[in-house]
Amino acid sequence: MIERTPLLDLFTHLLLLASFVALLIPFWIVFVAASHDFHTVNQVPMPLWPGDSFFENMAVAWERGNFGRVMLNSLIVAGGVTLGKIVLAALSAFSIVYFKYRLRMVMFWLIFITLMLPLEVRIVPTYAVAADALRPFQSMIDLFGIGINLPEWNLLNSYSGLILPLVATATGTFLYRQFFLTVPDELAEAAKMDGAGAVRFFLEVLLPLSRTNMAALATIMFVWSWNQYLWPLLVVTDHQNFATATMQLQKLIPGPLFGEPPVWNIAMAANLIVLAPPVLVTILLQRWFVRGLMVTEK
Amino acid sequence: MEKRATFSNLWLAAAFIAPQMLLVFVFFYWPTGEALYWAVTLEPPFGGSNEWVGWLNFETVFSDPKYWNSVRISIAFAGLATVLSLVIAAMLALFVDRRLPGHQLYKFTFFLPYALAAPSVGLAFRFIFSPDAGFVSAINRVWPNLWNPALDGWDAFLLIVFAQSWKMVGYNFIFFLAALQSIPRSVTEAGAMDGASVLRRMWDIQLPLIAPTLFFLVIINITDSFVDSFGIVDVTTSGGPARATDLMVYKIYFDGFEGKDYSLAAAQSIVLMLLIIALTFIQFRFVERRIHYS
Repeated sequence: MIERTPLLDLFTHLLLLASFVALLIPFWIVFVAASHDFHTVNQVPMPLWPGDSFFENMAVAWERGNFGRVMLNSLIVAGGVTLGKIVLAALSAFSIVYFKYRLRMVMFWLIFITLMLPLEVRIVPTYAVAADALRPFQSMIDLFGIGINLPEWNLLNSYSGLILPLVATATGTFLYRQFFLTVPDELAEAAKMDGAGAVRFFLEVLLPLSRTNMAALATIMFVWSWNQYLWPLLVVTDHQNFATATMQLQKLIPGPLFGEPPVWNIAMAANLIVLAPPVLVTILLQRWFVRGLMVTEK
Repeated sequence: MEKRATFSNLWLAAAFIAPQMLLVFVFFYWPTGEALYWAVTLEPPFGGSNEWVGWLNFETVFSDPKYWNSVRISIAFAGLATVLSLVIAAMLALFVDRRLPGHQLYKFTFFLPYALAAPSVGLAFRFIFSPDAGFVSAINRVWPNLWNPALDGWDAFLLIVFAQSWKMVGYNFIFFLAALQSIPRSVTEAGAMDGASVLRRMWDIQLPLIAPTLFFLVIINITDSFVDSFGIVDVTTSGGPARATDLMVYKIYFDGFEGKDYSLAAAQSIVLMLLIIALTFIQFRFVERRIHYS
């Protein structure tokens, strides 16, 4: 705007600067705490400038939290969920938008309703299903009185148990559907006229057009699945092999048992390790992250 | 909306949608149905199939003062955290949108807290607000025993409210800023021509115009505070002290997995589901309206 408001400008700058400090100071404190030795970090008031034990603490935290294995697990889970969502959601949205069949809208609503209830809300029964993923089918077979016994398929302590339930939501399907609806009809008509079948049209016309949306969805899904906490906590009991990064935080909480002072520096170093990947992804892929937030919530 | 050109190979259509439907059936509809079943039945103590008990589980839940305590705390938590983070985020967005020199820096940093996992936020805040180390403990030096979330329920409650609102400020900020930037410049310029000051324009033009976004965010924030708060509570307070931070999702988890009482947990899940469904319906109605009028 054209008017000159020096006082208000000064106020704006001060307010934004103060908020900047207030919003980012938790990051700074975590970093500073992770860089001091055990005695300094427990001082009151705590130092506000980094010390020299940063790498030492990181090494101890890495070791104690078994992060070599755990980060790999988180990467597999987050990568699997992201990939699964992108592929399955694109396929199902394609089926709903580009084919005409009677159950189309029923399918759409069946998928759409899953947006309403996040995993955390239906955690107990979902856990029971994960203990034997074929049980729904077994119960249905029993209902019809057919004497077939399906084998038990236990998803606890497995990557599929960590990944599949997180893929079973509608976020991506809805996003793709909205996008496919904006794709001009002429493209499909032209493709059909040129003799391209559904698969060819999907692979060579629709997917290249959806690249932007895919990138946005992938960024969001990666951060979201990396940050999952409650579900891995339940599914994994074999902590040595299948624990994910966020789960380790609970274990590193320094409880003041037996009067020992808490080991905050190690806990904060571990926290830095766990929060680094999602924060890096959001900073580096910021454009996609923000876009993804806007499109998935509509 | 319908496509003019569609494909006719229905086997292909079925094959494309099958994997998603399969997952949704196994991990969404079956468990949800089973929660309903458990909520109206009880497992006999010596095995065998569940017995129909009607509303008994719900009556048990509703007659438990601990449950109402948890509901009260969840509502207070949702309300307080939502108001706090929305007010701060709206104010920041309004001032960043003035586009004074340096506003890009804020635009690119304010959303960072939202990238963190809830337990990460919890752990950071547990240290920062710990009574005998960390950042806030300094006030205990000046006024001894003023702040102790490990013993004082009110302090613990404030701690999780701060953690939750800190996490959500970044998210809300992004949406407010996008909404503000979609207001046509001519509208605010017209206000300026008529002699409205910057603050007056914020209050009388910009805020009313972003009201739809505000409403949408209220719903999202409340839902998130019901759902994603588990990580924060589990890491900071574990529901204590003396159930002062025993939020609904945490109680379900505790009754279901620590107490092994699936029926009780299922009944509570159903109540929470209904609550979230109601909120989502309100949101859908609003989304529909926004599509019609924009």
